[in-house]
Amino acid sequence: MRYLFLLYGTSPLPEPGTPEHTAMYADYATAVQTMAEAGVLVSCAPLQPASASTTVRVRDGQTLLTDGPAAELKEQFGGYTLVECADLDEALRWAARMPAASDGMVEVRPVITAGAPT
Amino acid sequence: MTRLVGDLEVAEDAVQEACAAAVAQWPAAGFPASPRAWLVGVARHKALDHLRREAARQAKEVAATAELGPGRADTAPGVADEATDDDQLGLIFMCCHPALSLAAQTALTLRSICGLRTAEIAAAFLVPEPTMAQRLVRAKRKITQAGIAMRMPPAADVPARLAAVLRVIFLVFTEGHMATSGQALVRDELCDRALRLARELTRLLPGQPEVTGLLALILLTDARRSARVGAAGEPVQLADQDRGRWDRAMIDEGRTLVETALAAGAPGPYQLRAAIAACHGDAASADDTDWRQIVALYDELLRYEPTPVVAANRAAAVAMADGPAEGLRLLRDLAADEALASWPPLHVAIAELHRQRGDASAALSAYQAALELGVPEAQRTFIRHRMRGLKS
Repeated sequence: MRYLFLLYGTSPLPEPGTPEHTAMYADYATAVQTMAEAGVLVSCAPLQPASASTTVRVRDGQTLLTDGPAAELKEQFGGYTLVECADLDEALRWAARMPAASDGMVEVRPVITAGAPT
Repeated sequence: MTRLVGDLEVAEDAVQEACAAAVAQWPAAGFPASPRAWLVGVARHKALDHLRREAARQAKEVAATAELGPGRADTAPGVADEATDDDQLGLIFMCCHPALSLAAQTALTLRSICGLRTAEIAAAFLVPEPTMAQRLVRAKRKITQAGIAMRMPPAADVPARLAAVLRVIFLVFTEGHMATSGQALVRDELCDRALRLARELTRLLPGQPEVTGLLALILLTDARRSARVGAAGEPVQLADQDRGRWDRAMIDEGRTLVETALAAGAPGPYQLRAAIAACHGDAASADDTDWRQIVALYDELLRYEPTPVVAANRAAAVAMADGPAEGLRLLRDLAADEALASWPPLHVAIAELHRQRGDASAALSAYQAALELGVPEAQRTFIRHRMRGLKS
């Protein structure tokens, strides 16, 4: 089964170029490397901050754009990890090892895949 | 590869596929830093695709199992075969998975393991039947959608996961135990199911002191069932109960179990609560009770569960051991905490101690405070009864 980890960090995230930022990336690189070696990693990426988002809505044929994320959250949604695991317990164990789990939180959302029961 | 995946044919196919993918992707993406590791990673991943389809089929079976009613825990214990015990344990741990809310865990356990009908569960928890039906539907959906497996967790996770199972069983028991009138029949049913499930769990998981402790606690508490309810269906406090109506066989069994459990040297909250209940079980009357032993047990329990409920119960025991003034001092300290100040049982406890000290007006205002904060019907009757007694 596939699970998407939505990685929420505490605000604010470290500024690029700072030692904290470098350390954060190193922590993620380690976590991701471990997952790749275990064969569970499908894909992952950090995201630009929510301030870089543009939100799109189409209503009555009109495309409406707003500057910023769809939802304003206290926590910074900063990245995602897509994994392939046998079951939820395995996914949860990996989620607990993401750095975001220790400083912020990780939402573990099952992915609907063709052929899986609903 | 075959080590991990197990099926040789699947493994060989997967490696072929991975190489094809690599050739297609590398020119565009640039060579990965460690090509071999990447290859092995993707190969495992593609093999898992195949296994995932298999797992999906099995998950369907699990969901179907969850639809079923009575499990073996509901029938008389008999000759058990290995596969069925594993299934039973798997089902229990699945129903009590922390990814489900406590309400969902409890409802699922009662439905899928104890075999109660949805209407019965709804009546037990005082919610409308459609609400309970929805709760069950959502819980089963979550199990399927999130892929909660029906099996024993790995050894390292067992202590935490077992705590969730014990919590559900104990919750079912206390729901049954608290009722004194109205839904009496349904509530008795809950006590019985909890007891049976606790017994079954000691059989399925031998050598787990907290599991034994839970069974002991339920036996020792349930032993008092007949004495808890008065002629008019009103609750009778422990101190006022006719101890001749206590079930001696259950008390003896419970005491033996808790002694055995504690001898294992791995105490925990259920064993400690059972030990406290055993102190009551051994006493001919409230005055004869070894209250100092109970206070010592509460001291231990506070280390595992440093909660206001435990602290308040300890204070009540201190009052019995050292006099109401001592108990009141502790309860007033607790009441200073903002969160606890609006907890009705705290005010009832304070009122009871004032009553014992002979301070009627202080007792009355504390009972009134409890009433104003809101208490269940059966408790309201008890409080009003106490207040009438003080005013006369």
